[in-house]
Amino acid sequence: MAEIELRQVAKKFGNLWAVKPMDLTIHDGEFVALLGPSGCGKTTTLRMISGLEAVTAGRVYINGEDVTWLSASQRNIAFVFQFFALYPQMTVRQNIAFPLESQGMKRALINQRVDEVVKILRIEHLLQRKPGALSGGDKQRVALARALVRKPACFLMDEPLGALDAEFREAMRAEIKRLHLAQHATTVYVTHDQVEAMAMGDRIVVMSAAEIQQIGTPAEVYHTPTNLFVANFIGSPGMNLVPGKYADGRVHLPGGSVCTVPPAWQPALAALPSDDVILGFRPEATQVSDTGALRGTVYASDLHGSYTMLHISLERTGRINGNGGDKIVHIRTRRDVAYPLGTEIRFDLDPEMMRFFDPKSEKALSKEARG
Amino acid sequence: MATNTIARRSFAETGPRTPVVDSVRVDQVTPGARRGTAVRLILAILIAFLMLIPVIWMAMTAFKSRPDATASPPKVIFTPSLDGFIGLFTNRTQLSAGALAAELKRPDLSFWDRQALARGMRIIGPSKFVQQIQNSLIIALISTLLAVTLGLLSAYAFSRYDIPGKGDWLFFILSTRMLPPVVVTIPIFLMYRAVGLYDTHIGMILLYTVFNLSFSVWLLKGFIDEIPIEYEEAALVDGYSRLQTFRKIVLPQCVTGIAATAVFCLIFAWNEYAFALMLTSERARTAPPAIPANLGVGGIEWHVIAAGSLLFLIPVVIVTFALRRYLLRGVTFGAIRQ
Repeated sequence: MAEIELRQVAKKFGNLWAVKPMDLTIHDGEFVALLGPSGCGKTTTLRMISGLEAVTAGRVYINGEDVTWLSASQRNIAFVFQFFALYPQMTVRQNIAFPLESQGMKRALINQRVDEVVKILRIEHLLQRKPGALSGGDKQRVALARALVRKPACFLMDEPLGALDAEFREAMRAEIKRLHLAQHATTVYVTHDQVEAMAMGDRIVVMSAAEIQQIGTPAEVYHTPTNLFVANFIGSPGMNLVPGKYADGRVHLPGGSVCTVPPAWQPALAALPSDDVILGFRPEATQVSDTGALRGTVYASDLHGSYTMLHISLERTGRINGNGGDKIVHIRTRRDVAYPLGTEIRFDLDPEMMRFFDPKSEKALSKEARG
Repeated sequence: MATNTIARRSFAETGPRTPVVDSVRVDQVTPGARRGTAVRLILAILIAFLMLIPVIWMAMTAFKSRPDATASPPKVIFTPSLDGFIGLFTNRTQLSAGALAAELKRPDLSFWDRQALARGMRIIGPSKFVQQIQNSLIIALISTLLAVTLGLLSAYAFSRYDIPGKGDWLFFILSTRMLPPVVVTIPIFLMYRAVGLYDTHIGMILLYTVFNLSFSVWLLKGFIDEIPIEYEEAALVDGYSRLQTFRKIVLPQCVTGIAATAVFCLIFAWNEYAFALMLTSERARTAPPAIPANLGVGGIEWHVIAAGSLLFLIPVVIVTFALRRYLLRGVTFGAIRQ
């Protein structure tokens, strides 16, 4: 239906950058999740695409047409708000028909379109109700119906599931995804929930501090984060990031553990200006074994049902976490083995899953040496 | 522990005699607390009664005959009479015995004519009070309409647009409310006389509108602030203009605020005394300064004054009662998050 393109789009509030100049192309029919912590500029970006926020600089194109200075109502987009924004004084039917009425569409045609849409979202039984009498999930279905009914060029969704209870959230996540697949509509979806972004997005745009940190498929941002922020932000818990010193193909970690660096990585590590390096690994990239190269003591353990997450303190300093305190890493273990607190434990890392970061630039190193 | 069931056992052991089916703290269901509630209720009723005595007395006086109204000691039990209302609404002449007999034979006498004749008088026309009540109604209603309409538009602008010096403007608007009327009546009187607004309906409407506007802007701004902006943004995305959005989305949602504001403005304009006394005389005189004017000719006509006051009270009571839900919202707005 539509391709959205941002060229050097930026937004300043006073002297504060809400969004630093960014380029982003969202392809026709693509589902892109804008992911980041609150205040990172993701919602502002979405609002600039919609026309609810004027850009400070740059250009917005929808389907190749420059819409930078067109008002929201002229852009043929649909916006789904976090708190639904269903008009409380109107019934569900009136709410859904509202965008069509502005186009001066014939009553019969409006009714036909509304009926089509409510069938897709299975909310036929709610048509005569007022929004106040609906559950959160149903409110969101109505909001989606209102967005769908006008067959817009693209859908812009601002944390549409943020206000829902956990039980509705998962159901609605699947529903939005199905809807997207069926309609094949270009969708930009803002969320701070990385699980949501991972589950729904064709691509994820990770934002932080008013800038794009990484654009990639869920697998890319998860497995090959481009910097420390993305590594830490994606995943729950995030990637384990342990500072160490590199020497002769090995990284020396706090607490005396030594980790052997796979040969493919060695040139990149050797090329670093200092021997400081940060080792990154996902909790599931570990294997507990009596002969493991890394060791630590069990600091805490959480049973997650299908697995157990161990919090391992690599070094005993007596202090907890934070600056200079114990470095805690998370590892995933079998659910049926209990590790009492304080147990000494050894584990190995999957060499394929190791990542290395430059502590100065906070950027990820790549296997090919760059000098 | 206690085997004897007749022995008095403490509340802590037995709990309340009836199951607790309302949401209440434990310390509020003890017998002491229940008694306290009863005492407070009785006190409240007593105080309310004390407060209402003047109003009740006024209502009674309105239905007394002239001798009963001024009787000493005051009469609590009396024969109801319409003297006060006749005095209020009509101008009459005293008739001689002969003229009275002739008048009584006329076939076209109304109920009120007969009432007057029974008192030895003939009604020669309506009193000025009818006109004055009309003035009150016209001035109060139109000024309220204007104050709410203008207030709504400017409150919306203050709430939604980035106006330079917004805080200062709002304070300035509020500050017009800070001077007591007494201070400004003389200058306004002089100005009104100079521009020909003295004793005109337009003059009074203008004055009350301006006076209510500050209040209306502030109150309505509070209500509009509470309407999430997302509704309007949704309507804008849905293809509506700003004005259409205001009409279709904002207006229906601040009906409560509009009603509350209208009641307050109406009550002010209806009750206002000081300006009306100073700035009107014949044509545009409203009821509040007119009622005590019956203190008039040949003794104080208390029953007439009471009748006038009672009638004057009724519209306010009706409006307040009908819109009491909104009034409460108006008083507590901002304090309670709905």
